[in-house]
Amino acid sequence: MKIAVQTEAFDLGAEASALAQGHRDMGAVVTFIGVVRDLAESDLDRMVIEHYPGMTLKAIQAIAEDAKSRWNLGDVLVIHRYGDLAPGEMIMMVGTVAPHRKDAFEAAEYLMDYLKSRAPFWKKEITSDGADWVAAKDEDEDALSRW
Amino acid sequence: MDVLYFAWVRERIGVPKEAVETDAKTVTDLVAELRSREERYEAAFADLSALRVAVDQELTDFDASIEGAREVAFFPPMTGG
Repeated sequence: MKIAVQTEAFDLGAEASALAQGHRDMGAVVTFIGVVRDLAESDLDRMVIEHYPGMTLKAIQAIAEDAKSRWNLGDVLVIHRYGDLAPGEMIMMVGTVAPHRKDAFEAAEYLMDYLKSRAPFWKKEITSDGADWVAAKDEDEDALSRW
Repeated sequence: MDVLYFAWVRERIGVPKEAVETDAKTVTDLVAELRSREERYEAAFADLSALRVAVDQELTDFDASIEGAREVAFFPPMTGG
């Protein structure tokens, strides 16, 4: 299991290859990449992601352990960046390895749902109009109830 | 104990972290004590439904005990992913 919280960009190909290699009994690898998007009314200059250094790794580890206890998984990967990110940059990556694709897909969705609402990150959008904290959506909180 | 603030809570209070001497027994008691101190706390804690709290780096509720806690953190709902 690899969990990383970092400012640096990550190498998607290298991370996905490392995750997929070295298993003889795993038939499925699922990866998800979150990307900074410019959907603001005014032009998005950049996104600033703040986190709670003492808590972040522990919170992500707990979420990953929950996923491993719920699904049959061979491995889990979570990389989440913080700091300044430009539109188009990769913010985060989730990867799951499982004997079967159903476990890999469901566990990846579970990880994403929980990372969104239970990992201590906060996003701020810097646009031509100024700076605004991104508000949490009710639907993100509701998404947890299906698990 | 250390009290930490993140995102707009940090901006309204003006510091990311401060040492607080308190006899408060729960998070709610601590919030009431801070609110009575200065206007900037009142501004940050005006709507508790917009806030989340962690005690010793574990997400919890406002009625949680803080007796013996080393660290209490206040922040808006998280927006990771």
